[in-house]
Amino acid sequence: MPRWGMVIDLDKCTGCQACTVACQTENNLRPGSVEESQRGRIIEWIHVLPVVEGEYPHVKTRYMPVPCQHCDNPPCTRVCPVRATYKNDEGIVAQIYPRCIGCRYCVNACPYTCKFFNWSQPDWPESTHGGKSLSAAHNPDVSVRPVGVTEKCSFCSHRLIKAREQAKSEERPLRSEGDFVPACVEACPAEAMCFGDLDSPGTAVSELSRSHRAFRLQEELGAEPKVYYLTEG
Amino acid sequence: MRSSTPSIDPLEATALRPIQQRSSGFYLLAFALVATALWGVNALVFHQWRNGLQVTGLNCPVFWGVYITNFVFFVGISHAGTLISAILRVTGQEWRRPITRMAEAITVFALMVGPINVIFDMGRPDRMLNIFKHPNFNSPLLWDVCCISVYFVGSITFLYLPMIPDIALLRDRMPHRRFYRILALGWKATDRQKHRLEKAIVVMSIAIIPIAVSVHTVVSYVFAMTIKPMWHSTIFGPYFVVGAIYSGIAALLIAMVILRKVYHFEEYLKPEHFRRLGFLLLTMCCLWFYFTFSEFLTTFYGQSPEEMKVFYGKMSGDYRLLFWGMVFCMWTTFFTLTLPWLPLRTPAPLRAPARVLRPILAIAVVAAFVAISQRAGTMTTLAMDLRMPLPPFLERSMMAIMPIAFVWSLLPYLRNNPIVSSFVASIFVVIGMWLERFVIVVPTLVNPRLSWGVAAYHPSWVEWSLTAFDFAGMVLLFVLFSKVFPMLPIWEMREGELAERSRFETQRVIMDRASEVPA
Repeated sequence: MPRWGMVIDLDKCTGCQACTVACQTENNLRPGSVEESQRGRIIEWIHVLPVVEGEYPHVKTRYMPVPCQHCDNPPCTRVCPVRATYKNDEGIVAQIYPRCIGCRYCVNACPYTCKFFNWSQPDWPESTHGGKSLSAAHNPDVSVRPVGVTEKCSFCSHRLIKAREQAKSEERPLRSEGDFVPACVEACPAEAMCFGDLDSPGTAVSELSRSHRAFRLQEELGAEPKVYYLTEG
Repeated sequence: MRSSTPSIDPLEATALRPIQQRSSGFYLLAFALVATALWGVNALVFHQWRNGLQVTGLNCPVFWGVYITNFVFFVGISHAGTLISAILRVTGQEWRRPITRMAEAITVFALMVGPINVIFDMGRPDRMLNIFKHPNFNSPLLWDVCCISVYFVGSITFLYLPMIPDIALLRDRMPHRRFYRILALGWKATDRQKHRLEKAIVVMSIAIIPIAVSVHTVVSYVFAMTIKPMWHSTIFGPYFVVGAIYSGIAALLIAMVILRKVYHFEEYLKPEHFRRLGFLLLTMCCLWFYFTFSEFLTTFYGQSPEEMKVFYGKMSGDYRLLFWGMVFCMWTTFFTLTLPWLPLRTPAPLRAPARVLRPILAIAVVAAFVAISQRAGTMTTLAMDLRMPLPPFLERSMMAIMPIAFVWSLLPYLRNNPIVSSFVASIFVVIGMWLERFVIVVPTLVNPRLSWGVAAYHPSWVEWSLTAFDFAGMVLLFVLFSKVFPMLPIWEMREGELAERSRFETQRVIMDRASEVPA
C-alpha cells in the first residue's frame, strides 16, 4: 500500500503562489471577496505562509507553501463526532462533506490551521465573457462544498482515482511516482514540489524526505505529517 | 381565606400563593422575556440559518466564540442544583430542605438552554442526527452528548421525584387542573409509597453526584483533548467542575434572593441559608483561585513560546480587560464574602468622615474601572497619560486594592444585610465566570500554533441576540415553572419538621428514662 507524501524544497520556492491558484481551479474553491478576506474567511487549501524570522535589523522573510499535512497520526480525525474526517489506507486524510455537521472541532484540533470552514453559501460570479457563471468552469471530478461544512486539501485524491483507472486500462500497476500528481505539484513553475510514495525506495520523495535538509512542521507535536520541507541554504 | 379553611397551614399558603395568584408584574416580565427570546429566534432563523455562520464574528482561526462560551457557562450553571442538593441530601444537611427545589429547577433549565448553543454553533444543524447515525466514540464531543443526556434525564427525575407529593397536594387543592392528576401518579401518601419514594430519592441523589461531576469534566475535555496552547491541560477537568459548582451556587443564591423577595419566602429562606451557602460559595471561590493560579503559574514557568503568546494575550494583550475584569469580579466576591465577618471596627473619631468617604470611594472605584476600560490601556499607559508615574508596587496591586476598596466602601451596609452581600457576590461570580469561559475559549484560538496573519474576534449582534435568548429563555422557563409548581418543597419541609419533632420526642423519652434510673 503506498503512503503518499510531498516534499517542498524551500530553496527553489519563489513564493509565487501558482500552487494556490492551481489548487483553487482544480478543487472548485470558492472565489473569495475582499470582505471575506478582511474577515479572515478566505479558503486556500494550500496557502503560502510568510514566516518572518529574527528581529530588526536582522529580519528575514521566508515563504512556505502549507497544504494539509496529511498527518499519519492526525489530531483532527480523532475528535470528529461523526467520523466525517478520517485517514484512509494510503495515508490521505479525507473529509466527507455530506456528513459533516459543521461543529469545527477538527478545525480547532488541527495544529497547522489547514482546515477551512464554509461560512456562507459559495457565490460564483458571472463570467465577464460568454455570460456563463463561473460555476460552468467547475472541475466535474470535485464536488462543490455547501455552506456550513469543513473542507480541506485532499492531495487531489480524485486524481488518484483517475490515475488508478488509467493504469488499469493500460494493464500495469500504478507507478509510485508520476502517475498521481496533485495540481499544486504539477503547476509549480520552480519545480520546488515533488510528490509520490514515501515508502517505495527510489522515488524522489522517499530520497528527499530522508535527506539531511528535510524537516517537518512542528515535528515535536508527534502528528507525523507527510509533507516534508527542505531547508534553505 | 385562612379562617374559612383552617387546615391550610402558613407553609402551604406561602408556597402555593404564586401558583394561585398571578400579578401584572408576572405578565410584564413574561412578556419581556418572551419578546427577548423571540428576538433571538429571529436572529437565528432569519439571519444565521438563512445566510450561514457568516453573520457571526467567527473567522479563521477563531472558529469558536460566544456560542461555545455560553454552552460551557450554562452547563456550568446547571451544577447548581442537582449536585448541591444531592450532596446536601446525602450528607443529611437538614437546612437544605427549602432550597432543594429551586436548585434542582435551575439545573434542569440551564441544561435545556446550554446544549442548544452547540446547535447554534453548528454549520449544519440539519445534520445533527448524524451524531447517532455515525457516532465516533473517540470524540470528546460524543462524550458530551452521552454525559449531558444522562445528566438531563437524571436531573429531571431528581426534580420530579420529590415533587410528586406536592403535585398530589396541588391535585387535591385545584382539581380543575387535570395535568396535576396525571403528574401526581396516584400519590396517596401510603406508607409503602412513601417508603419507595424515599428510597428512590436516596438512590438518585447518590447516582447524580458522579454524573454531574462527569458532565463538566467532559465539557473541559473538549478543550483539553486538543493540543492547543493553554487548552491542553490536565487540570481542566477539576478546574471546570469547580468553576461550574461555583457559578451554580451563585445562580442559586440569585434565584433565592429574588424569589424570597417576590414570593415572600422570608420565613423559610432565612439569613442562615444565605450564610451557609455563602460559606460554600467562598470555599468554591478559594478553590477557583487556587486552580487559576496553578494553571497560569505552570504555563508561565513552562515558557513554551506558543503558550506564552496566549498567556500574554490574557495578561497584557487584547484580552487583558476581560481577564482582569474576571479577576476583579472574583476578588470582589472574595472580599464581599469575607470582610463583613471580620471584626473590623472603624475607630470612633473616624466614623463621621468615613460616612462621607465611603460613598465617594465606591463611586471612585467604579469610575476608575470605567476609565480604565474606556482608555483600553494598561495601568502603565494610564499613569503615563496622567503624567503621574505610579510606583510599580501600587500599579501591580491596583487590581487587588480596587475590590477591597469597593467592598470596604459598602461594608456597613453589607454587614447588616447578609442576604444583600450574598446577592452582590453572586452577581459578580456569574459575570466573572462568563468572562472566565470566554477567556478560556477565545484567546487560545486567536493565537494558534501556526498562524498566518493577525487574528481577532468581535462577536456580532446575532451572537449577542442568541446570548440574550439563552438568558431570557432560562429565566422564562424558571419563572413559568414557579407559577405551576411550588418552589418550596412542602412535603419535604414537613417531613423535616416531623423528623425534628420525633427526634425531640425521643430525646425527651431518653431523658425521662435516665431520670427514672435510681441513683
